[in-house]
Amino acid sequence: MKQALETGTLIDGFLIGEKLHVGGMASLWSVTRPDIDTPIVMKVPTIMDGEDAEVIVGFEMEMMILPRLAGPHVPRVFGVGDYASQPYIVMEYIDGQSLFPLLEQSPLPADQVIALAIRIANALRDLHRQNVIHFDLKPSNIMQRKNGEITFIDFGLSRHLQLPDLLEEEFHIPMGTGPYISPEQVLQNRSDSRSDLFSLGVILYHLVTGQRPFGFPQSANGLRRRLWRDPIPPRQHIRDIPMWFQEVILRCLEPDPERRYPTAAQLAFDLQNPGQVQITDRGERLKADGFFSVLKRRMGFAATMGAPHQPDNSAWLNAPIVVVAIDLTEESNALAQALRMHAANVLARLPGARLACVNVLKQNRLTMSYALDDEGRNLHIQRLVELKEWARPLGLAREKMTFHVLEHVDPAAALLEYTRSNHVDHILLGAQGTGALRRFMGSVSSQIVAEAPCSVTVVRVAEDKAE
Amino acid sequence: MRIAFLSDIHGNREALEACLSHAERQGYDKLVFLGDLVGYGADPKFVVDKLAELIGKGAGSILGNHDAAAAAGLIEGMNDYASASIEWTHQELDKAQRELLLSMPMSIEEDDRLYVHSEASSPRSWAYITDASSAERSLRSHAARLTFCGHVHKQQLFHMTPQKPPVLFIPQTSIPVPLMGNRKWLAVQGSVGQPRDHNPAAAYSLLDTQRNELTYFRVPYDIEASAAKIHAAGLPKILAARLFIGR
Repeated sequence: MKQALETGTLIDGFLIGEKLHVGGMASLWSVTRPDIDTPIVMKVPTIMDGEDAEVIVGFEMEMMILPRLAGPHVPRVFGVGDYASQPYIVMEYIDGQSLFPLLEQSPLPADQVIALAIRIANALRDLHRQNVIHFDLKPSNIMQRKNGEITFIDFGLSRHLQLPDLLEEEFHIPMGTGPYISPEQVLQNRSDSRSDLFSLGVILYHLVTGQRPFGFPQSANGLRRRLWRDPIPPRQHIRDIPMWFQEVILRCLEPDPERRYPTAAQLAFDLQNPGQVQITDRGERLKADGFFSVLKRRMGFAATMGAPHQPDNSAWLNAPIVVVAIDLTEESNALAQALRMHAANVLARLPGARLACVNVLKQNRLTMSYALDDEGRNLHIQRLVELKEWARPLGLAREKMTFHVLEHVDPAAALLEYTRSNHVDHILLGAQGTGALRRFMGSVSSQIVAEAPCSVTVVRVAEDKAE
Repeated sequence: MRIAFLSDIHGNREALEACLSHAERQGYDKLVFLGDLVGYGADPKFVVDKLAELIGKGAGSILGNHDAAAAAGLIEGMNDYASASIEWTHQELDKAQRELLLSMPMSIEEDDRLYVHSEASSPRSWAYITDASSAERSLRSHAARLTFCGHVHKQQLFHMTPQKPPVLFIPQTSIPVPLMGNRKWLAVQGSVGQPRDHNPAAAYSLLDTQRNELTYFRVPYDIEASAAKIHAAGLPKILAARLFIGR
């Protein structure tokens, strides 16, 4: 049965070292095993025979979820104890610091917060892609490794969308941490990955303004306030926060998840492409809404929120980032039209999708400074104008489209680089002719198909005449 | 040990063979049949003979209400098309096949597991597990940590801690579910031969006792062939039609 943990004891081959940390829910011990040469720790729940169901079930959830996750953004697991005898999780020791100390230093310069936000959003994308919602994102649960990589810890409130939610019927109170909990979690809905985006919005708001957007409410009523009361715009605290960044933060903090980013990948995309963020009233405003708007919202939310939601474990599939690579030359007109039709088909099926229209402005190796002269700038702008004209018939909302002219000597390399850094899910591009010249030169599309880390659709226009 | 659970085969040879060969590819150590081998489908003789062969190789099998009715020729309490198929099945089976069916136990207990066809508190009542309260009745009637049953033709997984009512989870196909230790689990099986959850593919599951994981599977099979045999046998046409829509 359960034994008291002591330095020097051996549990399932793990030799217990010193106690590193005792928290409210669990304690951490340094442990070793001869065949593991990285530093590892054992996490053990603090209360075992007590009545504290939240601790027990939370630990069960962590034991269920953590071993099923992979990648640098979660701790690597080396062993899990049997619940009936000695529950524990042995995981890698994460050499780094949590974001918690940064709160003390806040407000931080916007550039620093943006750089951090990109890394957190990309890490969150990786977590959600593995069907897990964290549900307790806060600075102390986000670790920065020495190499800057972000790693999430403490999955006691998390949910794996393909596995039973052991917490579902356990508690009839909101689960989460007061300042960070999303409105839908306040209403006990544990099914939406966009809840994590809300919590991330709270963290970014705090880091860049030095203030908590919703304070630190202690009561259930205090938590509910965020359903209708919008936060003071960050730029009211600190005027030189860029409008686009306020737009991004306040979009994360929308009480209705439908109005937030559909995925962490789309949030990361905006953070990495600030020039493309569509600034609305959200980004411009300098004070919170007045009494009557808030009252109206309060009445509206009473009617619409709180309905149980079906878990949606495919948000990242339904809201992909789609790149369409368009050749704007006159000869490629038919191909550009065919591409538009394919793009329209994808968008019709996936309303959460986001379309990045890309054109590559091929540079000559000998004139690298080309973009800096007037002629280069004019050409760049002309291409952007033509991209927008290409996209106009799609009738897509402006915030769902972005336009990029990449300047590069190698078009395939430019597209691949763009795809990787923006975590693109799908590339649509045209095949250039079928002639001997293409066979001789090699084609951009075949290189993209071979090397892209995502789905690629190559569109070809049927030729009318046989040669 | 890896145990494959097959329930509610209902005389559907094609569905049974598809599941057995799928389970073969996954790898298993033991087969457990959770009742209703016959009734509705046109191949009761094949299924019972297959069962005899597999029992010889160590398979476990328990009695279902259709097995009991078909072996004894009792149609009490059944609707028209069910009783028509029971009468037909009774005539099809020979004495040895009927005796084999009647020799099956109502339940089997093995380690921390209970195998039973219907709700476990009163197996002979053939009660359905349709919601949290019937699941709770079943779970509280036995000490077994894991209960495996069939009868409702829908894949459902209930989990329960001692202090709380059970919670329903609808398992996703081919995703292993860890059966975490601090609670009881009731694994309701879908039907091999007559699925009724709007998915016509045959259903079965595989437990890995070492990993403590249960995986629910769906296996497509040749429905046209099963349906054609039901028509050829002169059984009620609805028994064939519903196979295509899984209802």
